Amino acid sequence: MSDMITFDKVDKRFGQTVVLDQFDFRVARGEKVAIIGPSGSGKSTLLRIIMALQDIDQGKVSLDGRPLWDAAGGKHRIKPTRKHLRDMRSLVGMVFQNFNLFPNLTALGNVAAAPRHVLGLSQAEAEARAAALLAQVGLSDKLQNYPATLSGGQQQRVAIARAMALEPEIMLFDEATSALDPERVGEVLEVMRALAHERDLTIVVVTHQIGVARAIADRICFMEGGRILEDGTPQQILNEPRNERTRAFLRAVHLS
Amino acid sequence: MALIWEYRFDFLAGVWWTVKLSVLSALLALVLAIVAGVARSSKLRVLRIASGVYVEFFRGTSALVQLFWLFYVLPYLGIDLTPLQCATLGLGLCFGAYGAEVVRSCIQAVPQGQLDAAAALNFSYFQTLRIVILPEALIMMMPLFSNLLIELIKATSLVSLITIPDLTFQAKSIITKTYSSGNVLLVTLAIYLVISLIAASFMRRMEKVLSRGRQTGQPA
Ligand SMILES: Nc1ncnc2c1ncn2[C@@H]1O[C@H](COP(=O)(O)OP(=O)(O)OP(=O)(O)O)[C@@H](O)[C@H]1O
Ligand SMILES: [Mg+2]
Repeated sequence: MSDMITFDKVDKRFGQTVVLDQFDFRVARGEKVAIIGPSGSGKSTLLRIIMALQDIDQGKVSLDGRPLWDAAGGKHRIKPTRKHLRDMRSLVGMVFQNFNLFPNLTALGNVAAAPRHVLGLSQAEAEARAAALLAQVGLSDKLQNYPATLSGGQQQRVAIARAMALEPEIMLFDEATSALDPERVGEVLEVMRALAHERDLTIVVVTHQIGVARAIADRICFMEGGRILEDGTPQQILNEPRNERTRAFLRAVHLS
Repeated sequence: MALIWEYRFDFLAGVWWTVKLSVLSALLALVLAIVAGVARSSKLRVLRIASGVYVEFFRGTSALVQLFWLFYVLPYLGIDLTPLQCATLGLGLCFGAYGAEVVRSCIQAVPQGQLDAAAALNFSYFQTLRIVILPEALIMMMPLFSNLLIELIKATSLVSLITIPDLTFQAKSIITKTYSSGNVLLVTLAIYLVISLIAASFMRRMEKVLSRGRQTGQPA
C-alpha cells in the first residue's frame, strides 16, 4: 500500500523549543494510527503541520505522494502559496479538542458552509449533504440547533460531520474526546469507530485516553522529545511496551 | 411651558434634522469603520498603514475644525457640498475612525480556534471574514457601537455651527426670540435624552437579533 502521510527528517522549532527533531513518520493509505505521549511532546503540532496550519523548519512532508512542505535551513523550497495550501488542505479534515464550531451558524449551517462556499454546491445540495452527514452522526433531530444549545458530545459530532463534509482522504483528531464529560465520550467514540471502518479513510488520532487509542487504532505511536520512541500494534504497545519511557507514560496514564 | 408648545414645530423640525443627520452619518461611519477596521487587521502593510493614518488623523483632531474645513475650505478647492453633505461626511469620517478601532479590537478577539477551523475547511480570506469573523466580531461590537452612536447623536449639535437647523440650532433661535433660555434648554436636553434612549434600545434589540441562538438552553 502507498503512503498517505510521509514525514522525512522533519525539524520544527518554536524559538528555542524543539518540537520535532529529525522526525520520521509514515502512515499508509487507509491506516488508523493513534499518537500518544506526554503533554508538550508536539502531538498537536504534528497534526497542525499535516493540516497545513503550521509550517516546518527542515525536512519534507508529503500527503498522498504530493509534497506539502519541503524546507531546508528555515527556507521553503515549496512556496506555501495560498493555492498550494488550499490544494493540500482539500485532502485533510481536522477535528479539534474544543470543537471550534461557528457559534453564529446552526448545526446544519456549520456542516453545509464548506460544501456551499468551498465546493460551490447550491444551498439545497449543500444542506442535503449536511443533513445526511448529521444523520450519520445521529443528530437528525438537531439540525436547527445552534452550538450553544448542544452538549459537548453533540457539538463534537457536528464538528466531525463538518470535517467529513469535504470528503477528505485523511481525518485528524486532536484530543477529540478530552474536553468531554466521561459519559459523553462514548457517543463520540462510536462515531469515530464507524469512520474507522471506512477502508480508504486514513485516520490519525492524538489522544491521552488509552481507550480511544485502543478503539480506533490499528497502530499506536508513542511520541516524546520530538520523536517517535515506540511504534507498534495496540496489543504490543499497551500490553508489552518495550521502551522505558512508554512504560512510564502508560503507568502515569493508568494512575490518573 | 405654553411657550414651548407654541414653538413645537420648530422643535420638531430640529429633531428631524438631528435624527436624519445621525442616521446618515452613523451609516457612513459604520461602513468606514468596518472597511478601516478590517484593513487595520489585514496582512498587507499598505492597508494597515493607510487605515492607521486615517484613524489617527480623524481621532486626533477636532471634529468641529474638521466640519469647518469641509464647510469653508472645500469650496475653494472647487468642491461644493451642501451643508447636509458636509455634516454627514464630517461626522461619518470622525466616528468611522473611532469605530475602526472597535472593529479592529473585536476582530482580534475572535478565538484562534475559529480561524483554524475556517482554514481547515479551506475558506478563503474573504469567506473567513464574512462567514466566521464578522458575525462573531459584530456581536462583541454592538455594546461599543451603542456608546459611539450616542456620542455621535450628541456630536450632531456641532452642525448648528455650519448652518444646519438641527435641534441645537432651533433651540438657540427660539431662545433669541423668547429670552426664555432655561425652559428651552431643559426641553432640548430632554429631547436629546429621549433620542439617545431610543437609539440605545434599538442597538440592544439589534444585539439580541445578532446573538440569537447563543444562550445555552434557549430553543433554536
Ligand atoms: N504557536 C506556538 N508558539 C510557540 N510555541 C508553541 C506553539 N505551539 C506549540 N508550542 C510549543 O510547542 C510544544 C509542543 O506543543 P504541542 O501543542 O504540539 O504539544 P502537545 O503534545 O499537543 O501537548 P498537549 O498534550 O498538552 O496538547 C510545547 O512546548 C508548546 O509550548
Ligand atoms: Mg495538543
